[in-house]
Amino acid sequence: MDFDLSKPQKLLKHSAREFFARECKLDRVRELMETDTAHDDKLWQSIADQGWTGLVVPEEHGGLGLGLVELAVVAEEMGRACLPGAFLSTLTAAALVERAGSVAQRAKYLEPIAAGELKATVAFLEEGASWEVDEIKLKATREGGNFQLSGRKLFVPDAGIADLLICVARDGDGLALLPVERGAEGLSIKAMPSMDGTRKLHEVAFESVMVAEADVFGADGDARGALRGALEVGCVALCAEMVGGMQWVLETTVEYAKTRQQFGRAIGSFQAVQHQCADMLLMTESARSATYYAAWALTEGDPSASVAVSIAKAYCSDAYREVGNRGIQVHGGIGFTWEHDLQLYYKRSKSSETLFGDATFHRERIARIIVDGNAVARERAEQAEALAGQLQAAETDAAADVTANATASE
Amino acid sequence: MDLNLIPNEQQFRDEFRAWLKTNVPEEWKGGTSAEDRDDYIEYLRDWQRKLYEGGWAGISWPKEYCGRGASLMEQAIFQEELARANAPQLIGTIGLSLVGPTIIAMGTEAQKSRYLAPILSGEEIWCQGFSEPNAGSDLASLGTKAARDGDDFRINGQKIWTSFAQMADWCLLLVRTDSQAPKHKGITCLLADMRSEGVSVRPLRQMSGDSGFNEVFFSNVRVPVTQVLGEVNEGWTTAITALMNERANLGTGIQVVFKRNLEALIARSRTVERNGRPASEDPIVRQKLAQAYLELEILRLNTNRALTSLSKTGIPGPEGSTQKLYWSEMNQRTQQTAQEILGPYGQLKDFDNGIWEYAYLRARGNTIEAGTSEIQRNIIAERVLGLPKSY
Repeated sequence: MDFDLSKPQKLLKHSAREFFARECKLDRVRELMETDTAHDDKLWQSIADQGWTGLVVPEEHGGLGLGLVELAVVAEEMGRACLPGAFLSTLTAAALVERAGSVAQRAKYLEPIAAGELKATVAFLEEGASWEVDEIKLKATREGGNFQLSGRKLFVPDAGIADLLICVARDGDGLALLPVERGAEGLSIKAMPSMDGTRKLHEVAFESVMVAEADVFGADGDARGALRGALEVGCVALCAEMVGGMQWVLETTVEYAKTRQQFGRAIGSFQAVQHQCADMLLMTESARSATYYAAWALTEGDPSASVAVSIAKAYCSDAYREVGNRGIQVHGGIGFTWEHDLQLYYKRSKSSETLFGDATFHRERIARIIVDGNAVARERAEQAEALAGQLQAAETDAAADVTANATASE
Repeated sequence: MDLNLIPNEQQFRDEFRAWLKTNVPEEWKGGTSAEDRDDYIEYLRDWQRKLYEGGWAGISWPKEYCGRGASLMEQAIFQEELARANAPQLIGTIGLSLVGPTIIAMGTEAQKSRYLAPILSGEEIWCQGFSEPNAGSDLASLGTKAARDGDDFRINGQKIWTSFAQMADWCLLLVRTDSQAPKHKGITCLLADMRSEGVSVRPLRQMSGDSGFNEVFFSNVRVPVTQVLGEVNEGWTTAITALMNERANLGTGIQVVFKRNLEALIARSRTVERNGRPASEDPIVRQKLAQAYLELEILRLNTNRALTSLSKTGIPGPEGSTQKLYWSEMNQRTQQTAQEILGPYGQLKDFDNGIWEYAYLRARGNTIEAGTSEIQRNIIAERVLGLPKSY
């Protein structure tokens, strides 16, 4: 077992860190936040030149064809840099095209995505703001070889800059994944100004937008499964971003605690401050374990992958917010100012928390598997119940082990 | 990154699992509590002898000392399999994981040939005389005195929280041999015979009702100077070596116990009611169970990462502190979740054999024993994050 990045993965991490430190400084992040799209053409093209817009796109479609661990490595550095713009949206849309698209559709969209020529997003949420697929209400109605869309999607990230928007709609009992290209007749997009300026949200209105039935993704397959898979890819990348953000907040806070003097000494010598920092480290590292495991499990097609993704997202959602809270608390007043960059990460943690479902959403998803479970899980649980009578002895053993493991301090 | 077991690890696991299947005592598997037996200690000694004869005692020890030279990952697998098989505890755990490796690292040839074999076979049980009433977190301030008297040290003082003392033959004992020197510089580590005259042991009853710990009193106890492990006044180095040698124990066994406990709780949540429905259907209960589950899964993942990093560096670091901090606080949260789900049943001594009542109380000690959460956070802050020392 080797739960560490391989040499090439470490190199990738190193070059990603250098790249973003050079190409995406926090001053630039602030400038982009002030724009309507948070998009920078030059930066986007440089990212594409690195191959990262096609990082997980199969090689036959012009991508690098790498796995999700490599994606997590790069996304972590993006989160550390607080990279604004449509990377995550485009990634999620690409993952959806890859899973639901025909050969021709994959060629049509994935190649330009990998080349950095096409930005895309998935329009999912509606008034109910629920990430539950069954709560999608927007209907796609069939009409003479076309689907017709009328209604609204909300909180659609990066819709203002996306060339392609994949609308998740209801088609009878099933789902329809409808590609709507920028400028389509009847499509209108309105900004929904929100807390985090690095990720722009939009209301997308469809007024009798027509999509040819032949163009719809996953018409003859498992649209629901493809959507779940794509959201899981987006989720893992988002978690990795969140880990990178936590790492930045942790390092910035520890550095501050070492230099900021009060009562004639560095505040980092006070245990009240030290313990906040220790907790930040524990949360950051735990989030990292959960995220990289999810990336690995998803790449390997491990049966635990779906639970692993929800574990990662539930944990990261709570942890990034809390790491931000502790970081600002340690900084004191300066941490609450507009001037300090902590606020950028704090806001990003909030938008990341809800994107693809918050901790509560993902805990319920976990419960459906581990509490409701399947027959196998149920059987295991019943065995566990039978074992309950023996637990007391086992607990005593564990306690003895613990005592043997005494930790000294100087 | 590859989280699959490599073939060697797989083989090790299969082999040990198969061995446990045929060798864990039947009546133990049946759930009788060995502690009720008159021959409890003999029973556990027999169990360790069985492991020894099977070649499964002291697996981390080098082969030249009759160990197996097991890798860190194999040691973790060993702990997991023991817990998974619900095997009896290892009565010689302190000797196997702490004293033996320290003697191997720092002992004289005579000490090695005298003490190592009986540790493996379970013939001699060890305890660890470190903590004192006034030296807990601040261990280096310990005050048990050893005065030189001819070829002996004369020991006077008291140790506390000493596991296994009531059955131990030997004690890895920290004493003060120079009270003038700075506190880390006047400590010596001794191999002390628990049958010596002047040693008395008093069990301490815990709030959970059991007696895992003891007080040990030393009154003019004579220990020959040849029994020094390491150098006189260099006992702090020996103590740190001993504690660092516990590196395989990153919570690898305890996780399996936690997992079984949580599975039992999930099963229980289907039978106890909340608002006239199974508790497992209540949204709040579901949230809490999922939270407990995800925290436990992350413990497993953190452990695997720590094992990977330890395997590569070979140097036990502060990983143990992060692990200990995490699992101890996690277990308290999970036991509270169990209490909330079970309501008054959770407090009953004969509901599920009293495991929930016991586990809740036992968990209370988790954040204190083996280094308090405060000490763990200090260690993380100073040794991992590089913050200035606070004391």
